[in-house]
Amino acid sequence: MPAALLIPAGLGLLFLVLPLAGLLIRAPWTTLPERLTEPGALTALRLSVQTATLATALCLLLGVPLAWVLARVEFPGRRLVRALVTVPLVLPPVVGGVALLLVFGRRGLLGGWLDSTFGVTLPFTTTGVVLAEAFVAMPFLVIAVEGALRAADHRFEEAAATLGASRWTTFTHVTLPLVAPGLAAGAVLCWARALGEFGATITFAGNYPGRTQTMPLAVYLALETDLESAIVLSLVLLVVSVGILVALRDRWMTTA
Amino acid sequence: MSDRLLDARLVVDRGVFRLDVPLRVAPGEVVALLGPNGAGKTTALRALAGLHPLTDGHVTLDDVDLDRPATGGWVPTEHRSIGVVFQDYLLFPHLSALDNVAFGPRRHGVERRAARATAREWLGRVGLDAQAQRRPRQLSGGQAQRVALARALAVAPSLLLLDEPLAALDARTRLDTRAELHRHLSAHAGATVLVTHDPLDALALADRLVIVEGGRVVQEGDGPSVTARPRTDYVARLVGLNLYRGRADGHGVRVSPELTLTVADRLDGEAFVAFRPAAVALHPARPEGSPRNTWAGTVAGVQRHGDNVRVQLDGPIGVAADVTPAAAAQLRLIPGQQVWVAVKATETHAYPATG
Repeated sequence: MPAALLIPAGLGLLFLVLPLAGLLIRAPWTTLPERLTEPGALTALRLSVQTATLATALCLLLGVPLAWVLARVEFPGRRLVRALVTVPLVLPPVVGGVALLLVFGRRGLLGGWLDSTFGVTLPFTTTGVVLAEAFVAMPFLVIAVEGALRAADHRFEEAAATLGASRWTTFTHVTLPLVAPGLAAGAVLCWARALGEFGATITFAGNYPGRTQTMPLAVYLALETDLESAIVLSLVLLVVSVGILVALRDRWMTTA
Repeated sequence: MSDRLLDARLVVDRGVFRLDVPLRVAPGEVVALLGPNGAGKTTALRALAGLHPLTDGHVTLDDVDLDRPATGGWVPTEHRSIGVVFQDYLLFPHLSALDNVAFGPRRHGVERRAARATAREWLGRVGLDAQAQRRPRQLSGGQAQRVALARALAVAPSLLLLDEPLAALDARTRLDTRAELHRHLSAHAGATVLVTHDPLDALALADRLVIVEGGRVVQEGDGPSVTARPRTDYVARLVGLNLYRGRADGHGVRVSPELTLTVADRLDGEAFVAFRPAAVALHPARPEGSPRNTWAGTVAGVQRHGDNVRVQLDGPIGVAADVTPAAAAQLRLIPGQQVWVAVKATETHAYPATG
C-alpha cells in the first residue's frame, strides 16, 4: 500500500469525522435532558418534523407522477425537462429562496394574484417553509423514483394489461409496488433533505420562532447567543441523519 | 359459435421486416406458430394481444374486430378476452401465487373473496394448493410456469396465447410440464395459439402447426403431414430429413444439373424429395447392382449424433448421412475425403411442390 495514498486517505477520513467528534465531545451531556426539553428546542423540532413531512408528502404527490412521465412517456424535450427537474439540486438554496420570493412573494408573479383572489399569503408562513423545503428536496425523490421505474421491467405492466387492468390500476397495483423500495428510499432522502433545509427557508419564510423557525435556523440563531443550545440542537439533527443513514443501508441500499 | 373463433391476418411492418401471417383457429383448437428465432412469431403473438398494433390486416375474435387498421377498429389489450403466458411468466413479484391468479378475475369485476376462490380452484387444478401463499421467487421454474398458466386461464379467455411456454425450463421439468400443459390446453374451450421454436413442443401440444419463416407462413398442417412432407430446409432440419426440390418426370427427380434421383413415387412437375440421414449409405468405391442412387461426394464434416456418427457431404447435392461408428472408422472419414453416396429409391419420399 503506497503511503502517498494512505496518508491523504487517513487525513480525509479525519477531516470528515473530527468535527462530528467535536460535537460529541463539547456536548453538555449533564444538562442535556433539560436543554432538549426547553420549549424553544421542542417547538423548533416539532415544526421541523411537521414541515419536512408535509414537504415530503407534497413531493410524493407531484414528484411521483413527474418521475413516471419522465420514465415512461416519450415526448420531445424530455431531456430538457429532466435537466430542469435537477436544477434545484445544484442551485444554491438561497437562490431558490429568492426565486420563490419573486414568484410567490406578495408582489411576485403568482403571489399577488393568490393574495387578491384567495387571500393566501405564502412567504414568511409555515406553508412557505413547506414550499421552500419541497422545492429543494423534490429532485431527490424524482431522481430516485425515475431510476426505480426505469430499472423495473415494464413488461409487468403489459402482463397486467392482458389480465384486464386499466392504465391507472396497473400503476397503483403493479408499477408502484414494483418500485416501492426505490420510492421509499427516495422519500427518506427527500425528508432528510427537507429537514436540513436552511438557505431557501430563511430567505423565503424568514426566521419566526414557532412559525418558520425550523431546527437548522434555530441552530444558527442559537450559535450567536447560546453555544451549548446550538450544540444540543445540532446533536439532535446528527442523530436523525445517522438514523436515516443506518435505515437506508439496512433496508434498501444493500438490496438495491 | 363459428368454426373459427379467431380469424386474423397479422400484418406488421417493422422497417425492413414485414410480418404477414394469416391465422384461423377454431374453438378448442391449439395452433402452434413454429419458426426460427427472428421469424416474427413473438411479434405475431404481441399483435394478437394488442401489445403491438397491426399495420394492416385484422384480428377478429368471436366476430368482434379487435384490430383492423383499415376501419380504425381497435380494442385495447385490457378489454380483449385473452390470456397470455409469457416466456419468463412475468408473475408479479410482490403478490403471492394466489393473488397473482386472482389478479385477472379482480380486474374483471369479480369481488375479492370470489376472485380468491376462483384462484384457489385454478391453483388446485394445476396442482399447487400447497404453494398458494408463496411469492414467485419461492417457486421452482415448473411451479412458476403452472401459476402463469393458471393466471392466464382464470379469466376464462376466448383466446389463450403462450410465448415459448417451456423454453425457460430444464430438460427434466420440461418433460413433465409438457404433458401437464397438454392436458390443460386440451381442456381449454377457447382458441389457443402458442409460439415456439421447438418442434417437439409444437408436435406434442398443438393440433395444427403453422410454420413461419421470415415473417411468412411457409407450411401449415397437422404434425404427421408436416413431418412427413417438409417444404423448407428449416422444417426438414427440424424433423431431421434431407430435403431437395427439383423437377419430376415419372420416377426421376432432377435435383441438380448433374443428378437425377430415382424415387419410388411416380409424379411429374415441381417436386420435393425427402429421405432420412440413416437411409444414406457410404462406400469407399462405386457400389455395383441394386436400384440405387449413387454419386460421388466429399466429406465436409463428421460429428457424433446420438449413438451414430453424422457425416455432412458436399457434391452435386449436400447431404447428411448417419453411419455407425464402426463404419465411420472403417471408411476413415476425414474432411476432404472422397466417398460414394448411395440411397435406395424405396427409402425416398417424393411429393409435389405445389399445393
